[in-house]
Amino acid sequence: MMELLGLSILELCYIAASITFIMGLKMLSSPDKARKGNLIAAYGMGIAILATILFKEELTADKWLNYALILAGLIVGTVIGTRMALKVKMTAMPQMVSFFNGMGGACAAVISLVEFDHLLHTGKVEMSMLIVIILGLIIGGVSFSGSIIAYGKLEGKIGDKALPAGQVINIVLLLVMIGLGVFIAMADTQEALYIYILLGVSLLYGVLFVMPIGGADMPVVISLLNSFTGMAAALGGFLYGNQAMLTGGILVGSAGTILTVLMCTAMNRSLTNVLIGSFGGGGAGASGQSGEQGTVKEISVTDAAILLAYANKVSVVPGYGLAVAQAQHTVHNLEKILDDKGVEMNYAIHPVAGRMPGHMNVLLAEADVPYPKLMEMEDANDDMDNTDVVLVIGANDVVNPAAENDPSSPIYGMPIIDVIKAKNIIVMKRSMGKGYAGIENELFFHDKNRMLFGDAKDSLEKLISEVKNL
Amino acid sequence: MQDLLSLFYENREFIFLIIVSIFLGIEVISNVPAVLHTPLMSGANAIHGVVIIGSIIIMLEASPDNYFALILGFFAVVLGTLNVVGGFVVTNRMLEMFKKKEK
Repeated sequence: MMELLGLSILELCYIAASITFIMGLKMLSSPDKARKGNLIAAYGMGIAILATILFKEELTADKWLNYALILAGLIVGTVIGTRMALKVKMTAMPQMVSFFNGMGGACAAVISLVEFDHLLHTGKVEMSMLIVIILGLIIGGVSFSGSIIAYGKLEGKIGDKALPAGQVINIVLLLVMIGLGVFIAMADTQEALYIYILLGVSLLYGVLFVMPIGGADMPVVISLLNSFTGMAAALGGFLYGNQAMLTGGILVGSAGTILTVLMCTAMNRSLTNVLIGSFGGGGAGASGQSGEQGTVKEISVTDAAILLAYANKVSVVPGYGLAVAQAQHTVHNLEKILDDKGVEMNYAIHPVAGRMPGHMNVLLAEADVPYPKLMEMEDANDDMDNTDVVLVIGANDVVNPAAENDPSSPIYGMPIIDVIKAKNIIVMKRSMGKGYAGIENELFFHDKNRMLFGDAKDSLEKLISEVKNL
Repeated sequence: MQDLLSLFYENREFIFLIIVSIFLGIEVISNVPAVLHTPLMSGANAIHGVVIIGSIIIMLEASPDNYFALILGFFAVVLGTLNVVGGFVVTNRMLEMFKKKEK
């Protein structure tokens, strides 16, 4: 009776947790409820974890070590996780998400390892369980190593490297993984060695899979790996007959996949194209340099300030450079000062500007820029004809006209913010360096364009004081 | 064939749940504005941290002298907790910024 009561409470808690996950995701899709949604899902998670510890197994004294280790693990994870999450700078949020995602993948892979070992010792091997364990190991492993590479790349610790014949190697690895997986699942007797080889191959595949992908495509990869980990969690749910894991995992798996597709659509490319196309890898940088380059014209801070102060309408196109320079507050100050002078300033947000979709929105929100000032790409482009000055701050690929008129360019087909339609363009950049996709930008050589070199925050501060003096 | 059929039949309820959840996941986020893409990804990231329950079950079921399971299980708990706690805290930090300027 007591046992049944406990197990019923456990299942009720899992149902409650599943509901909070669904509500949480739903609320995360609307700006005014998002924060509450996140908290609700977090409470649900807490309930599910606590209920598992209390009601899953009868509490017995001889397992004190197990409970002590669970508690220790929870505490260690909480302390480290909270510290990392609170310390991370706004610019580093995307890689932080990638890192935590990798931890989830690793957790799933470790679970598979232990459960395989468990099967080895109990002797009875059900094929369905084996398949689930193998899939969990592969997906978790790929998600872990892939996320860590994505983290390293965004941190700037790992560059874009493409192996010669990288595609072929990846396909071979994929086939080896599938073959080995099928072999283990079908084998009559099990050996631990094979599962470790499979883990090794999965980890290697994750590394080689993300390695050549760079530039504007990194958000897509993180989102994809996110849904991978969701699937790995769902497989764990299958393994333990656990509804909370199953619903939570599948929800993230499918929502993450849709989010990935949404991002690809925003770049007007297919997922396969993103994964195989590998931006910035190999000799992609060579394209787009065919035409004559013309000359780059610089503008002084004073001239730029005059241009801005006497405009009717100014549009800012923010990019990763704004995030790096931590200039979100400064740009908001410029906006307020221009507003005092009767100049209307808004922000044209490209869906994949920065290192993650919505990156710019989050960044500008931090500086209290009001929502209505943030315009999505389509609206911004419709408005471009009426814009006097476009200020491109640390953005490059998202305003590169090559995406529209150079079929040989790796970003060809990606919608861009059509800054050329505006009357004047000022590009604020640290140097003439290439963008993350590693390609030239002919916009810099355009007649209407003037370059303002320097750190974004620095230049903006100078602009502000000049505008004030006018 | 027989194996596959019984595999399907024995797990029919799970398969049902999986399919319904897939559609639910798609439905739930289909109207998300671009503004919330990053927080949504981050929030979803925290939710798949539910995999931690699997690691807790490992620890609960492991016999106290099975050090292989205990040690790996301990690491799994740490990794899962990092995913859950880090994920929710980062998401909350992102969303805090949105909240300030709602008013």
